Amino acid sequence: MKGNEALVHGAIAAQCRAFFGYPITPQNEVPEYMSKYLPGVGGTFVQAESEVAAINMVYGAASAGVRAMTSSSSPGIALKMEGISYLAGAQLPCVVANVQRGGPGLGNITASQADYFQAVKGGGHGDYKMLTVAPWSVQEMFELAVLAFDLSDRYRNPAMILSDAIIGQMLEPVTIPDKVETDIPPKPWATTGAKGRKPNIITSLFIAPSDLEKANLNIQAKYAAATCNEVRCQEFATDDAEVVLVAYGCTARICRTTMQIAREKGLKVGLLRPITLFPFPSRRLRELAIEGKRFLTVELSAGQMVEDVRLAVNGTSEVEFYGRMGGMVPTPDEILEVLSRNF
Amino acid sequence: MELVFNRPKVLADMTMSYCPGCGHGIAHRLIGEVIDELDVLDRTIAVCPVGCSVFLYEYLNCDAVSASHGRAPAVATGLKRCVPDGVVFTYQGDGDIAAIGTAEIIHAGTRGENITVVFINNTTYGMTGGQMAPTTLPGQESTTTPGGRNPLTAGYPVRVCEMMATLDGVCYASRVSVSSPANVARAKKSIKKAFQNQLDLKGLSIVEILSPCPTQWGMNPLDSIKHVDEVMAKYYPLGEIKSVG
Repeated sequence: MKGNEALVHGAIAAQCRAFFGYPITPQNEVPEYMSKYLPGVGGTFVQAESEVAAINMVYGAASAGVRAMTSSSSPGIALKMEGISYLAGAQLPCVVANVQRGGPGLGNITASQADYFQAVKGGGHGDYKMLTVAPWSVQEMFELAVLAFDLSDRYRNPAMILSDAIIGQMLEPVTIPDKVETDIPPKPWATTGAKGRKPNIITSLFIAPSDLEKANLNIQAKYAAATCNEVRCQEFATDDAEVVLVAYGCTARICRTTMQIAREKGLKVGLLRPITLFPFPSRRLRELAIEGKRFLTVELSAGQMVEDVRLAVNGTSEVEFYGRMGGMVPTPDEILEVLSRNF
Repeated sequence: MELVFNRPKVLADMTMSYCPGCGHGIAHRLIGEVIDELDVLDRTIAVCPVGCSVFLYEYLNCDAVSASHGRAPAVATGLKRCVPDGVVFTYQGDGDIAAIGTAEIIHAGTRGENITVVFINNTTYGMTGGQMAPTTLPGQESTTTPGGRNPLTAGYPVRVCEMMATLDGVCYASRVSVSSPANVARAKKSIKKAFQNQLDLKGLSIVEILSPCPTQWGMNPLDSIKHVDEVMAKYYPLGEIKSVG
């Protein structure tokens, strides 16, 4: 099945019961399949009048304690940023999927990874971040959708599935387990009507500076905990590698092929693939740098994740970058050439 | 001794932050009386706006969610769809509903969301200091229309209820004022109908309340009330514009 359809199956398996969306290519299969499958499990589907309305509907559904989600592609995600900041400020869980396309502006509908900064550094106003996962296969579109819901509930914070046009549109076999493990905590804070309890208030408004600072410190403490507990990455042949490729999503697939070709040629190349982009596998990268390994970060962008790789390595080792933009996708040979030129 | 007048159960025992002569306090009380009379306090979820009534949730003894500017109808949509037994109402000012949130209120109306909308029209952005609102009258002074609103450059005021009444999903649109005891009584009747419609699953109901803002109008409270009756109500005629079934 298509990546976008697997994402829908994963979300529904994770007990997502409310979806609000707006059409934009290349993510249209997500609202289409949601409208097909959600009513059958007692869920709510609304096609909103805009991305702005959709994320605010998510805010309402999340306030009710329901697992809620929206999806879009790059320009539409930009429109949701105000709402995501409000969700983070009000400490509401939700999942936002970004099937990235080329930008800036209208760009085009091909694959891109140029929304990395927006996803992992906040994107909207204020000191907040999204817990961000990056699937590299159709199977992971299913699995990381479940993880995104669990993370968002665990930390009461929006989670983002950062995908792209290739992963969203790609067809691959998927194994859907009979039973999906998912962890939905109690939500005594939900606004469902104050029956037999004190009223609940959901807000991100704290007029007194001391109150707002306290709220911010609370949010930052959650990010510190997530950084300790939730980093996920996958490594290939890093043990004896002299150069480690660092890439996520579809680019990591190309880098794995590059690595295999390089190994056949006797070059000691490995691959580290971050699965969570925030929290970022900084500690692991630093360990590898201390072991003397050098890095080549490959992205479909002008160089965004590479900044986090450099921060992690912090001058201990060499970090090179190779990127393509506009929907141009590097071939393994292209990356091999960059490897031989730089290392 | 028989108690003949009390605070509605939904209103908290605290001082509101509104200016003297402001209409918000009366509107809050009327909503409170209606919630008491319909006995839905433990089902009520308020969606609070940005603006002078941003602290509405502090004055209410019910569940409440604060929405970003203009988005209350979208937030209410998400809530009501997930809590169908809830009694969900939005409380929005003129800038909120008729400028930044025009798309959200129109489309909540087109979808016939089963919610109640209380719209406070005081023809100004009160909280931010009296700028021109979408409902500011032609010729009315504001901090961004120093010579008075000139429709040739600043456009015309919008009549929200008349616009909403054209939508099939809107079952009730009514304009009231809080300028006299008789008008307050009529306002309460409209608000009650707007909540009752939600209980009867009829679709979206909107009640527009013409409300004085002495501070930003530069008038005393009595002149402000006169302004509501003699000037505002001419442009925004009172009465039920639409009532289905």
